[in-house]
Amino acid sequence: MNDLTTLSILEMRQGLVASEFSATELTHAHLDKIKETNPKYNSFLRVTEELALTQAKAADEKIAKDKNNTPLLTGIPVAIKDQLVINGIESTCASKILKGFIPPYTCTAVEKLIQAGAVILGKTNQDEFAMGSSGENSAFGITRNPINTDYVPGGSSSGSAVAVAAGQAPLSLGTDTGGSIRQPASFTGIVGIKPTYGRVSRNGAVAFASSLDQIGLFARNVKDIAIGLKYIAGHDPRDSTSMDIEVPDYLKNIDTAFPKIKNLRIGIPKEYFTSGINPEVEQVLRNKIQQLKSLGINLVEISLQHTEISIAAYYIIACAEAASNLARFDGVRYGWRSKSANNIQEVFEKSRAEGFGDEVKRRILLGNYVLSAGYYDAYYKKGLKARTLIIKDFQEAFKDCDIIVTPVAPTTAFKFGDKSMSPLEMYLSDAFTVPCSLAGLPGISIPCGKDSKGLPIGMQLIGKAFSEVLLLSTAHHFYKN
Amino acid sequence: MSDLTAIIGLEVHIQLATQSKIFSSSATETGQAPNSLTDPVTLGLPGVLPVLNKAVVDYAIKLGLATNCKIREKSIFARKHYTYPDLPKGYQISQHDKPTCYEGWLNIRVNKQSKKIGITRIQLEEDTGKNIHLANEPFSLIDLNRAGVPLLEIVSEPDMRLPEEAGAYLRILHQLVKYLNICNGNMEEGNFRCDANVSVMQANAQEFGTRVEIKNLNSFKHVEKALAFEIEQQKKLIEQGVTIIQETKLWDEVNEVTKSMRSKEYSADYRFFPEPDLLPLIIDENWIANIKDNMPELPSQTFERLVDTYKLDEYSAELLISDKYVADYFEKALTSHYNPNGISNWITTELFGRLNKESMEFLDCPVSPKSIAILVKLIDTGIISGKIAKTVFDIMWRTGKDPQSIVKEQNLIQISDNIFIQEIIDSVLKQNPTQLQTYKAGKVQLFSYFVGQAMKASNDKVNPELLNEMLKKTLEQ
Repeated sequence: MNDLTTLSILEMRQGLVASEFSATELTHAHLDKIKETNPKYNSFLRVTEELALTQAKAADEKIAKDKNNTPLLTGIPVAIKDQLVINGIESTCASKILKGFIPPYTCTAVEKLIQAGAVILGKTNQDEFAMGSSGENSAFGITRNPINTDYVPGGSSSGSAVAVAAGQAPLSLGTDTGGSIRQPASFTGIVGIKPTYGRVSRNGAVAFASSLDQIGLFARNVKDIAIGLKYIAGHDPRDSTSMDIEVPDYLKNIDTAFPKIKNLRIGIPKEYFTSGINPEVEQVLRNKIQQLKSLGINLVEISLQHTEISIAAYYIIACAEAASNLARFDGVRYGWRSKSANNIQEVFEKSRAEGFGDEVKRRILLGNYVLSAGYYDAYYKKGLKARTLIIKDFQEAFKDCDIIVTPVAPTTAFKFGDKSMSPLEMYLSDAFTVPCSLAGLPGISIPCGKDSKGLPIGMQLIGKAFSEVLLLSTAHHFYKN
Repeated sequence: MSDLTAIIGLEVHIQLATQSKIFSSSATETGQAPNSLTDPVTLGLPGVLPVLNKAVVDYAIKLGLATNCKIREKSIFARKHYTYPDLPKGYQISQHDKPTCYEGWLNIRVNKQSKKIGITRIQLEEDTGKNIHLANEPFSLIDLNRAGVPLLEIVSEPDMRLPEEAGAYLRILHQLVKYLNICNGNMEEGNFRCDANVSVMQANAQEFGTRVEIKNLNSFKHVEKALAFEIEQQKKLIEQGVTIIQETKLWDEVNEVTKSMRSKEYSADYRFFPEPDLLPLIIDENWIANIKDNMPELPSQTFERLVDTYKLDEYSAELLISDKYVADYFEKALTSHYNPNGISNWITTELFGRLNKESMEFLDCPVSPKSIAILVKLIDTGIISGKIAKTVFDIMWRTGKDPQSIVKEQNLIQISDNIFIQEIIDSVLKQNPTQLQTYKAGKVQLFSYFVGQAMKASNDKVNPELLNEMLKKTLEQ
């Protein structure tokens, strides 16, 4: 039998329906791959083997009974970022403060995958509470890039990216607040999407920055992303910010949506090619863009003039929300409680001091600072104003183009320790992904080449809000060619 | 002596009587086992999100309309941060600069004078849990049943000058929320809570003095007493030239003094910011119109109706509307026997008197409106006397029986038989020859003595009017 862990979801589906292999075999193949490679990559924090095999068996029964009426994801193994909670399974967000926390409810997106017949392989490693761009901020060890294990896989959804890149799973869920899906997808050479804010319910995604967080997907090709997105998208009464907008069949439209638009205009924002981009990354990207002309598209130079202030605005808003969201981890009801606390004040202070990692603490401090009396106007309020300007930039730009193409990150993957000593430099590596997040727009990262060290370079496509059909179709055509 | 004036503003928190909590589907009952009315949202578990209970908004609009407030088209929820074990998320979801209702007013009456008290804002927010401190234990317990119960915070303008005005404002507001049926209004159970802000300044001053906040005020009386105490205290200090410091005080109801709780030197920084998990609350005209169409009658409207329709005097009408249940009771009674004044009198004297004596709430009154109506009917039709009626009422109260069966069983029917009454009169006069002579000699005051003797002889059963009439005739002969 071929290596089942290299197949696309559609190929897996064909094999399952044609009884070439069973869901149980498919699951075993992935579990074996995880066992073999996880010591090297540390991409999984927890493997839910028993659950996976039970789900695989149920999938086999459904396929045997009525294979044509089973959802496309029946029997397809998936990996879940630890930030997303699953009933009865320890969920830690890679933080010591949540070690041993077993939630009594399941994240809506995960629940939808389970209902579609997917097989849950386990929970993946990440930067603690989704704060980080390298995978170095996990309380349970760093995650390594399978392309070259001396290099970071990107973050914060490090484990979910690595799982897909390394063949441990064909599909995985991550969360993206300022680039946490798109950037690791780029660093590991796979496809990753952050849908429009409000497209996927945030219920069950432990909140980092509520107005920015969005659940998204990793896969090895765009079609697989299209399949997955259909299942996780949609309104959820448990999340007031999830929009009640019909979920289209992304896969069905993937070949047609892009060519349907004659003279599709691709916007190239000049600001993304000046601010500190690595020359090699720029060159590969420019070459790729030129190549796209052969697909009959028009390139339009556009300006997103407030790109420069987006990192500052992002870190103010995201940290403010994070400080607030993380206030609930107080050692009182669940999670880590300091053993040396002598009174309630010490329970709060010591549990948090011992439970949170450095980056999380840094952001809590920052967040509380920008919200505090006397600084609110100077920082938080200004951050909101900047965000409004950035949103307007995109609205203006989309008058002249249909899709915006940018680099995903200024550099390719860097070595462990290269940036972890300088938070500011680490924050700047999000410069190309945060504007799209601040505007709530959908963004997808697709591989478009490699640098001289063989490290992958990603291309980001940004669409209008809820334009995932066109975005996926365009990404699919670009990736194919 | 200088001329000092007090400035009073009140913050009232009312717990709304909705079925479920403001941001989750957990129930809101009281008296349940600790932490049984919780869910992931109430517990502040990670990853779960608040979803606004629309009924809470309905209630807020109701109160907003009833207090002449403007209803904001787009209000914003905000997070208010502080750390306390009974606050599961580390922040309370409240409203900050865009509350749902604002710029309203209520009319109060004190010393027969009407006064308008401004309402700054009415905001929606969630209640906290409760910490339970045990004696002799090194730990405390937390009950989160109350966490997430919907609250409306009603902030008044600093328009009150006297403790009685604060009391009147609270009573009007309390009456209103009961009429609107949005709050159980039980102050001791904390359904209706009040914090008072009070400062003292020279009567002609332009700026208010430094204010003190008083907490733990769980009855109208305590609010008035605490304010009176605090105002006196501040006046004394000012006259002595002592600077008032801004602080929070607790009312000690046993010793009837206000005690310092914490000074505002370390005033909390709540770090408010707009709640990103909830969309702005949009209230359109249709929503408001729909609430308006379904508004229950307000106390002022009931008052007018009682005076206009039933021709009650204003004093009685005022008493009857003091509690929505009383007005309802009154009108229900009228359906069994139409004598508005008679029934109103029985409710406001006998019934109120008895409830007061037994320290009971009107809701717990054991006498049904129908029974009171029938009792008045028995008097009106001459079947029993007013005096006997009091005996019947007493039995009704104790046994819950209806007045007709009591009258029958106890043989209390009034006697209007002329021959029988004449026999009694004759026998009374015969037995009291001395008094009769004195009467005839001109001491007419003895008339009531004969009435009393005759009533006694008949066990209070003769018709008193008839007796009077016949006795007069007999004595004139």
